[in-house]
Amino acid sequence: MNLLSIMFRRNGSAPVARDRLQVLLAHERAFVGKSDLLAVLQEEIIAVIAKHVTIERDKVQVKLDRGDTVSTLEIDVEVPGAAATAAKLALEGARPAMAGGF
Amino acid sequence: MATVLVVTSGKGGVGKTTSTAALGAALAKQGQNVVVVDFDVGLRNLDLVMGAERRVVFDLINVVQGDAKLPQALIRDKRIDNLSLLPASQTRDKDALTADGVERVIQQLRERFDWVICDSPAGIERGATLAMRHADAAVVVTNPEVSSVRDSDRIIGLLDSKTAKAEKGERIEKHLLLTRYDPIRAARGEMLKTEDVLEILSIPLLGIIPESEEVLRSSNLGTPVTIGNPTSAPARAYFEAARRLRGETLVVSVPAERRSFMGRLFGRRAVA
Repeated sequence: MNLLSIMFRRNGSAPVARDRLQVLLAHERAFVGKSDLLAVLQEEIIAVIAKHVTIERDKVQVKLDRGDTVSTLEIDVEVPGAAATAAKLALEGARPAMAGGF
Repeated sequence: MATVLVVTSGKGGVGKTTSTAALGAALAKQGQNVVVVDFDVGLRNLDLVMGAERRVVFDLINVVQGDAKLPQALIRDKRIDNLSLLPASQTRDKDALTADGVERVIQQLRERFDWVICDSPAGIERGATLAMRHADAAVVVTNPEVSSVRDSDRIIGLLDSKTAKAEKGERIEKHLLLTRYDPIRAARGEMLKTEDVLEILSIPLLGIIPESEEVLRSSNLGTPVTIGNPTSAPARAYFEAARRLRGETLVVSVPAERRSFMGRLFGRRAVA
């Protein structure tokens, strides 16, 4: 620690880097070799919906937000013919709990 | 009993080749019989960093394919007798490396040397997986920076699943070598701290190599820093890392360059 660093101490970006890495790697480790999980989920969910209503495959949007304690998997399915009935499924906690502590 | 050590990282430019050369020379100076092997086929550089670029005749692929005998391809270091280099091929592509051929060469090297240090190419493709394939231990070179740490995590996963040892149900010994570390910036919270990286990757620390102009100077000169300037901060860190590789227990410190009063005050190295 030198004089200048004491005089101009400011909030560092390293803690942000550490937190981002911890969240990211917890997910990556849990899903090694299962990288197509999203695709599988999407397929199965669409199959269930398709049993009951007619849907177009390319009108399905999947979004994922990896959070620290909870992740959100959001699937938008546009049901044709009835504009107002676009189904929105938000599956909270679709991902299993993170493996172990950091 | 020889030890095959892979120096790997996933990410490029973090200091694998520099560290291979510096650790190899440090171990050799400590009396060990060492060979450094370049696995970066097509983009070889270990010869340049070792200062042997004008002496390359045969290479790893010539030996793998049987075009040359191993002793013909080995280049003995001019400064240290018990240090040799097996260069990579500059012209052929990575597919020329076969799993069987690599195994045969590694086996032959095991019989001749105490340490076989494999300099892995960046990435997770064939060259990188073959470099780690027959390793007993790994040095994971990491910069205190998010993309490097993420890639190291990926490589640690591969070391635990794709190596011959892992497939036999044995554990490969893994060591973290933190390079380009700036203790002042880390203390200011501008750079990931050693503890942060250790906590995230959770493998034992082999050493911390401080950011230093001596490292670039060494590669400019083709002299591993542990030969060219053995009292410099990075060289001392590499010597300590080499002793830890040999089983000594030493407290890890960050060697610092000597600074003048003004240098200390303004956080710069004094002009000598």
